[in-house]
Amino acid sequence: MDAIFNPKRRTFLKVGAATGGGLVIGFYLPGAAGVAEAATGPTKLNAFVKIGADGKVTFVTGTSEMGQGAHNALAMMIAEELEVDFKNVRIEQGGIDPAFANPRYIGFRAVGGFQATGGSSSVRNVGVRVRYAGAAARFMLISAGAEKMKELRSECVAENGYVVHKPSGRKVSYGALANDAARQVAPDDPVLKQPSEFKIIGKATPRHDTPPKVTGKALYGLDVKRPGMLIATVAKCPVFGGKVKSFSADRALKVKGVKKVVQISSGVAVVADGFWAAKKGRDALEITWDEGPVAKVSSPGMYQSWAALAKGPTAAERLKTGDVATALATAAKRVESVYEVPFLAHVCMEPMNATAHFKGDSVEIWAPTQAQSWNAHWVSQLTGVPTSAITVHTTYLGGGFGRRLESDYVLDAVETSRAAGNVPVKVVWTREDDLQHDFYRPASHNVFEAALGADGMPTAWRHRIVGTSILQYFKTFGHFLRKDGMDPTSAQGAGDYFPYDIPNVLVDYVNNNPGVPSGFWRSVGNTQNGFLLESFVDELAHAAGKDPYQYRRQLFSKPHAARLRAVLDLVAEKAGWGKPLPAGVHRGIAAHFAYGSYCAQVAEVSVARDGKVKVHRVVAAIDPGWIVNPATVERQIEGAIFYGLTAALYGDITIKNGRVEQSNFDNYKILRMDEMPKVEVHILQGKGEQGGIGEPGVNPVAPAVTNAIFAATGKRIRKLPIKPEMLRT
Amino acid sequence: MATSLTLNVNGKSRLISVDDPDTPLLWVLRENLGLTGTKYSCGIAQCGACMVHVNGEPALSCITQVSQVAGKKITTIEGLSRDGGHPLQKAWIAEEVSQCGYCQPGQIMSAAALLAKNKNPSDAEIEQAMARHICTCGTYNRIRKAIHAAAAMTRKGA
Ligand code: FES
Ligand code: FES
Repeated sequence: MDAIFNPKRRTFLKVGAATGGGLVIGFYLPGAAGVAEAATGPTKLNAFVKIGADGKVTFVTGTSEMGQGAHNALAMMIAEELEVDFKNVRIEQGGIDPAFANPRYIGFRAVGGFQATGGSSSVRNVGVRVRYAGAAARFMLISAGAEKMKELRSECVAENGYVVHKPSGRKVSYGALANDAARQVAPDDPVLKQPSEFKIIGKATPRHDTPPKVTGKALYGLDVKRPGMLIATVAKCPVFGGKVKSFSADRALKVKGVKKVVQISSGVAVVADGFWAAKKGRDALEITWDEGPVAKVSSPGMYQSWAALAKGPTAAERLKTGDVATALATAAKRVESVYEVPFLAHVCMEPMNATAHFKGDSVEIWAPTQAQSWNAHWVSQLTGVPTSAITVHTTYLGGGFGRRLESDYVLDAVETSRAAGNVPVKVVWTREDDLQHDFYRPASHNVFEAALGADGMPTAWRHRIVGTSILQYFKTFGHFLRKDGMDPTSAQGAGDYFPYDIPNVLVDYVNNNPGVPSGFWRSVGNTQNGFLLESFVDELAHAAGKDPYQYRRQLFSKPHAARLRAVLDLVAEKAGWGKPLPAGVHRGIAAHFAYGSYCAQVAEVSVARDGKVKVHRVVAAIDPGWIVNPATVERQIEGAIFYGLTAALYGDITIKNGRVEQSNFDNYKILRMDEMPKVEVHILQGKGEQGGIGEPGVNPVAPAVTNAIFAATGKRIRKLPIKPEMLRT
Repeated sequence: MATSLTLNVNGKSRLISVDDPDTPLLWVLRENLGLTGTKYSCGIAQCGACMVHVNGEPALSCITQVSQVAGKKITTIEGLSRDGGHPLQKAWIAEEVSQCGYCQPGQIMSAAALLAKNKNPSDAEIEQAMARHICTCGTYNRIRKAIHAAAAMTRKGA
C-alpha cells in the first residue's frame, strides 16, 4: 500500500456526475499542486473511470503506453473490479493531473505531484488505486441498483455490467444506474475482489492498442499535427556541455521552406514548414562552438582514470557486513577480477520529439513522454508559467526505456515555440541527435576480490564500483545524491539487494563523471550490476570447482533469496541443466532480482572459430508475484532479453574529444531477426509482494551468455560488449 | 520555384508540391499527404520503419526521392487493406506482435511484399526478407510466427 493513498479515507476518492450523464470516479491528492481544480466540482474531476448513461465504460489513465502494455493491464484491473466485460472498456489517455501521480514517486512530491511512468511500477503501484476506483464504482452501482429494484442491498450483486437481484434474477444495467450511482456516497472502504474471484486478471487478454498499431492509425509524438504548426530541428554542440559562441543563419535562411532561425539554450533551432527544409537549413548553418572542458574527454583516458580511482582510499559505502579485510587477508584462496561496462544509448525507435505551443501565459505540449509532471515542472522553471497552466497531452510512445523520463526534448520544443513567436512547433530529433545527445546508461570500472573457504564457498566479497552517476544529471532526483557521492542507482543491484549468503561483504562506489550525461536505462543500475555480480560469482564457482547452478543454489540460501532460488531451480529444470546439448553448444546461467521481481535465465551459446557468438536459445523463469496479463509478461520478458542481448553483443557508446563516436544504426548495431534466439518464458507466481515486469528480464541475459561463452571457450568476458576478437581461436 | 508532382498513392492520384524534388518520399507521405503510418527512425536505410511499396516492391521511403516515384504505384500501410483485414494484420493481432508498435507498419509492408511472391516462406526466407528491419522492442520471434500464420491463412484462401 502506498503512503499517501489510503482507501479507508474516502477524501481521496471523488465521485461525481459525468457531463452528459453518468458516473465519474477519480482521485485527488491533498496537498499536491492542482488539488484545487480536482476538488472544485465533479465535471472538472479527472477521472479514473467513467460510466455513461449509455453503459459505456471509459478508463482514463495517466500512465504512458510505450509498448509495455500498461494501459491494457490497468484497464483489465478496472474491468475486473467493476464486473464488466473487458471488451466493452474504452481506454482514454488522460492529461496531466495530480490524480494520476504515481505512488512509486511519492517521496518526491517536493517538486509537485509526480505523474510519471517508470520503475516497472504501473501495475504494482498505480494498479492498486485503479482497482479501488473500480471497487468503489461497483459498490455504488450495487447500492443504486438495490434502491431502484427496491430490494435488499445484501441480495444484490454486480455481474457483467448489470446489478442483479440474486433471489429473483431481476437485473438493471449499469447504464441505467449510472446517474443514480453518481448520487451515492463513496464507500469508506471499497472491498477489492479476492484473487480466487478473478475472471479477467491472470488471463491472457488481447491488447486494445494492437489494431491501431497494425494499420498505421496509432498516434505517436512524431505524428502530431496542429493548425499552423511548424517543424524544427536543433543544431546542438557535438561536445557535451558546449555552447554556441556565434552563428550565421544567412545560408540556412536561403533554404526554401525555412522560416526562422532562433537560438535556444540547447543550440540553434531551424524552424521550417517541413522536416526536410528544417534539416537542410540546419546543415547550412554556420556555427562556432565554445566546446568547453568536456572536449578533452575521451573513453580510454576515462577508463584509465577510473582504474586509478579504484585503487584510491576513498569511496562511499553501500553495503558493509562483517570484516572483509581480515577475511581476505586470511583466506585459503583469493580470486580477483576487474570488469568494465560501457555507456549505452536507449535507441527508442521513435526518435526524441515534442510539439509545443507557448502562448505567453500558458503552454500546451504534445509529447511521447514518460514524465508528464517532470516535463511541466521544468517547463515552468524555464518559462515562469505556473504548472497549473501547462497542459501535457501524451501520445503513444515509440519506445521509452527510461529515455523519456528526461525533459530535454520537451524543453527544446517549448523554447523554440516561444523564440519563433508563440507558434506551435514540433521539434524533431534525427537519429543522429538521438544517439549523440542521450542520457547514457552509466559506464563503470569494477574491482572484485573474494575469499574462498576450504569448502570453496566465499567467505568475503569486495566490490568497488567507479563510474558515472545518474542522479548528478537527473536534477529532479538530485537530492538523493548523497554528500559522500553515493548514487544509489549506481549501486542498484550490487548492494541494496545482495542475494548471496556471504559473511563479510563490502560494496562501495566512487562517483566520477567527466561530463557524459547519464540516465535511466531499462533496469537502471541492475543492468550493469546484474552482469557483474553474476559473472564474478560464476568465476568463484569455477575457482571452487563446482557446478555454477549448484553453487548459486547454495549461495541463495537466506530467506530473502528464497524466491530467487525458486526461479533458479525452475529455469535449470526447464532448460535441462546438465543434460547433453548439440556439439559446440554450451550453457550459462544467471539470476537477478530487480523491481520486485526475481528472474533467472539459461542461455545456450556457441562460439565460432572467428569469435562470432551465436545465442541459440534463452530460457527464462520469472517470479513477479501475482500477474495481470500473462501474454504481456511473456512478451515483456522476450523484449527485455532482446534489449539486454543487443547491449551485450553490440552496445558501446564511446567518447572522443567530448563527442559520441557513434551516430546511427550503421555504427550502433541492433540485433536483427536472424540473430534473435528462441525464447522460452516460465512464470512463477510466488507469495509475497508483486513485482514489475518491464525491466527485470533485461539483467540476467548478459551474464548467462558470457557464462556460456566461458563454458564453451574457457574465456571470461570481463568487458562488454562481447567482441569476436576477444574469442577468436 | 516549387515543383508540382502527381503521385499515385494507395490507388488515388495526388497532386503535391515540394520546394525540393529531392525531398524523401517519407516526408511527403507524412507531411504533405498526412499518411503518418509510415515512420521515420534512421533516415539512412538502416531500420525499415519507413518501408512502403513502389510498384509492388518494398522500398525505403527515407532514401527514395519523391521525384523518382512520380507516376509509380505507391502503397503505404494505410493502403494495405481497407479495414485492417490483410492476413498479416489479422495475424499480427492474433499473435499480438506489437509492443510500442512503431516499427510494425514497416515490418508489415516488407512481410506483405514477401507473401505476395512466396506463399510458403521458410524461416530463412522470412529472415532474409525482414533483414532490413529493426525492432528495439524485440518482437522478432512474434513477427516470424505471425508471417507463418498469415501465409497459412493466404494458402487457405482467407
Ligand atoms: S527510416 Fe528509412 S530505413 Fe530507417
Ligand atoms: S514494436 Fe517497438 S520498435 Fe518494434
